[in-house]
Formats: sequence, C-alpha cells, structure tokens
Amino acid sequence: MTALLDAHLVAERDGFTLDVRLRIAAGEVVALLGPNGAGKTTALRVLAGLHPLAAGHLTLDGADLDRPDRRVWTPPERRPVGVVFQDYLLFPHLSALDNVAFGPRRRGADKRAARARAKEWLDRVGLGDQARRRPRQLSGGQAQRVALARALAVDPALLLLDEPLAALDARTRLDTRAELQRHLGAHPGATLLVTHDPLDALVLADRLVIVEHGRVVQEGDAATVTARPRTDYVARLVGLNLHRGRADGHAVTVGELTLTTADTVHGEAFVAYPPAAVALHPSRPEGSPRNVWAATVTGVQRHGDNLRVQLTGPVEVAADVTPAAAAHLGLIPGRPVWAAVKAAETRAYPA
Amino acid sequence: MSRTVRRQRVPIALLVPAGLGLTFLVLPLAGLLLRAPWTTLPRRLTEPGVLTALRLSLETATVATLLCVVLGVPLAWLLARVEFPGRRLVRALVTVPLVLPPVVGGVALLLVFGRRGLIGSWLDETFGVTLPFTTAGVVLAEAFVAMPFLVIAVEGALRGADPRYEEAAATLGAGRFTTFTRVTLPLVAPGVAAGAVLCWARALGEFGATITFAGNYPGRTQTMPLAVYLALETDLQAAIVLSLILLTVSVVILAALRDRWVGST
Repeated sequence: MTALLDAHLVAERDGFTLDVRLRIAAGEVVALLGPNGAGKTTALRVLAGLHPLAAGHLTLDGADLDRPDRRVWTPPERRPVGVVFQDYLLFPHLSALDNVAFGPRRRGADKRAARARAKEWLDRVGLGDQARRRPRQLSGGQAQRVALARALAVDPALLLLDEPLAALDARTRLDTRAELQRHLGAHPGATLLVTHDPLDALVLADRLVIVEHGRVVQEGDAATVTARPRTDYVARLVGLNLHRGRADGHAVTVGELTLTTADTVHGEAFVAYPPAAVALHPSRPEGSPRNVWAATVTGVQRHGDNLRVQLTGPVEVAADVTPAAAAHLGLIPGRPVWAAVKAAETRAYPA
Repeated sequence: MSRTVRRQRVPIALLVPAGLGLTFLVLPLAGLLLRAPWTTLPRRLTEPGVLTALRLSLETATVATLLCVVLGVPLAWLLARVEFPGRRLVRALVTVPLVLPPVVGGVALLLVFGRRGLIGSWLDETFGVTLPFTTAGVVLAEAFVAMPFLVIAVEGALRGADPRYEEAAATLGAGRFTTFTRVTLPLVAPGVAAGAVLCWARALGEFGATITFAGNYPGRTQTMPLAVYLALETDLQAAIVLSLILLTVSVVILAALRDRWVGST
C-alpha cells in the first residue's frame, strides 16, 4: 500500500521537540495516542499548517506541503486537510448549515451549491432537520457531528480529529463513537485521530501510533499493541503489568527477580501479564506457582467488581483481588504479602 | 429572595468622600435641569440656529465615526493579531490623542493639514482641497480625538475573541482577509458597535480641536459644543437649552450601552 500521507514531523513548541514519522494510506485510520503533553496536538497543528515544521517533511497525495529544507510551505487554507477540533469551534454566528457550507464556499462553490452540499452532509450525519440551528442550540453530540460534517464537506485528503469525543458525556460518547466509526470507515482519504483515550483509539483506528515526550514509542495494530506493550504508559493503557529484563530461554531476569515464562526469548525482553494473574498470599505459597516473591502493599483502589492492589518489592506490580480475598488478607498499605504469578499467564517478547 | 444579606458596615471615611463625589458629579446636571427655561423650550428648540448646529453636529460626528471604523478596525486588528517590531510603540501612539489636550491636537492638525501644512499645501496645490475651517475639517478634528476610543474598544474585543476560530476558518480554506470579514468581524461585532458608539459620543462632544482647526462658522463648522460656548457669552438661556440637548443625547447613549458597560455587576 502506498502512503497518502508521508511525513516526518520535526517541530519545536514551548521548549519541547516533536520528532515523529507518520505514514497513512488512503482509507486508513491511524490513532496518535499518548499522554497529555506528549506532542499529539503539536503534530496535528503541524499537519494542518497552523504551526510550521522546523525540519523533516510533510507530503500529502504526492505534494510537499511543508519542507523547510526546500523552503516549501503551504498555508492552511490551501491544504486539502479537514480538522475536527476538540471543542469543535463551530462559528457561533452561523447556522449549522452555514457552518458546513463555509468550507465548500471558500473553495470556490457558489452559495447555492455550497448550501446544497452542506445539506447533503448534514443529512448524512443525521442532522438534516437541525440545519437552521445555531451551534449553541445544539447538544454536544450534535455539535460534534456538525463539526465532522464541516471537516468532511471539503473532501479532505487528510482528515484530522483532535480528541473528537473528549467533550462528550459518557452516554453520548458511546453513540457518537459508533457513529464516528461509520463515517471514518467511509472516508476515502487518510485519517489521523489524536486521542489520549485508548478505547477511542482501539475502536476507531486501524493502527495505533503511540507517542511519549515527542517520540514514537510503539506502533502497530490494536491486537499487537494490547498484547505486547513496550512502555509503562502503553502497559497502563491496556491494563497489563510490564517488566523489562534479560531473557535466557524461559527465564527472564528483572532486577533481582527471575520470572519463568511460557514463551522462549533470548536477550533483552519484556514480560507482560494482567493484574488478574497475580495471586496474593499471606505466607509463602507451597506448590505449583514458580514465580513467587515477597511484596508490600502500597495502595488499594476499586476496580470494577474487584480491588486493584498496588505492590512494591523487587518489581512494581498491580494485582486484582476479590473483595472477599482482600478482607481475608487484611490489605492495607504497608502490609507484607507474597505475590505469585503462573508462568502460563505471562507473555515474554523481545525488547 | 426573602433573605437579605447581612448589612455590611461601610467605613465613614469612605462613605463621606464617596457621597461627596457622587454629589459633585450629579449636582451640575441637576442645576442644568433646574435652570432650564422649560416654558420657552419648544420655541427655542426650533430656532434655526439651534437646529443647524444640531444637524451639523450629528452629521459630522456620524461621518467621523464612519471614518474611524473604516480606519480604526483594521488598525485594531493589526495591533491585536499581527506581531511586528514596535507594536508596543504603535499602541502607545494610538492612545496619544486620548491624553493630548484637544487644543494641542487642533494645532497639530493645522500644522499638517493647514494651507501651509505638510500635507495641506500639497492638497491645496494638487487638488485645490482645503481642510481647515471647513466642515470636512470638523470631521477630521473629531475623528482625530475619537479614533482611540474605537481602536481600544475593538482591540479589546479582538483580544477577547478566541483566535482558534480563525484557525478553524483557515483549515476550511479561508484566507486571512476572508477570515477577517466572515469570522472575526461577526464575532467582535458587539465590541465594534460599542466602540463606535463611544467614538460617536466623543466626536459629538468635541470642542478644542474643532475650534482650533475648523473655527466657529455657523452652519459650516459651528457644532453644538461650539454653539454652547458662543451662546454662553450672549444668551445664557440659549446655552442651557443647547446643553440640555447634548445631555439628552449622552443619556440616551449611556442607556443604549447600559448592558455592555455599566450594568455589569
């Protein structure tokens, strides 16, 4: 597959350097996932032309839009890029229809054609009957859909979405996410979704690109990223314990602890296992589990129906236990316990 | 609201000067109303001289305001949205007419636009246009002193408006000028309106620069404030009537702006 978007984004912003390579094929949805301050929004602004590249290049549909070393720069209004902003930024003085017609009108359509096109898009997002409303008369979910229609109405080669669901309440978010998935699936151009919500990324994107401190730390489809996290941030996102160590066959040495795994790896390796795989015992357990170590409770939080226990010791680990087990163990911070993980529930892979 | 908030003690050292200050501001206006020749008012209002001066005042203030809007709004945009070297200096220069005594403004205008002034002589020789002591001169003098009010109000509105709307417009294909006319201007329209009203009120009351630069010719350059001043020397009653008209206009403007500037408690 040839990439519609081929970019190496290097930008400075607020004393922070972004250095990210991105390739997105036509019809592909890529999620740029990362913690706050990782540079996601800067990447989006650079792609939209709202912030210049310091180095690198930005090529969209075969055309260089930003290439500092060749002094090429296309201003935002001449880029085939559509943006859905986090708080939508619908023009408050224009109706929903005129908001959507704004793009086609600026790109040369006459007033009637632009409005016809806008009406078509509003129909497509299910808001044909709200065309005359002003943005402040729309609900959050409706405003989000108008913003999407407005960005798509100019047929962008690249569609950018900045935390498109962050401003919505939980119930609306569920419906809007499903709806958004449908529209992103129908978009023939490249789509980049910027988010810090792993669920949005997993549901909406074909591929995840994870950035931390302005760099790509991991990249891949949802299955790979969730099964094989490569940083603590990604591990937390997907809810896994993650350690880095040296592997020699089935044994991975993490600090002073040696964990036995079912997988065979050699050299630098990661070990990952879910918190539910960690069993806690008041005294050293006898019998089957081979990965056993002494730990100290540092915190306990509710997690669904269970409790999530934070442990310190040779490794920092989270363990999920039932409320009954927690009561039995008397889990309070400072309490010494024994942690055990079965080799069959761990996964090891090269670092 | 049945419960009243506990009465707060007001220190007497603040209450007394505050009361005196209020009296000082209100008393002269009350005096104007008390001494007004109410019985002869209708007749005096329809005197040709009064109507001429009023019409000239309203017309010149309106044209001056239009001039200020056409030149001042882009200037405010430049100050609010474009970073350029010396921007602080330009902003300071814009506000100079605010603090400059208007008479000095009038003298300065004469030096530039007078028949032997820097630009005035060129205008006179090339186009045969003379500005001083004409109605156009009145407009120029009023615009000079009133423009800062508009620029400051509009710049404030622009700084308060979220510039990300302009970025959104850019991503939709709007160039900077289109963005200005289609997005920025509608967003700051209330600020422009407020600035224009303030500007108009200032132009309407303008005296010093007008009398210095445009003189005091009835029907041509004699605006209401000049008429008041002239009447004061000959006919006190007429001065009071003219003052009442200006007071009425001011109060109407204040009422129109109430929600925006005064009533924000």
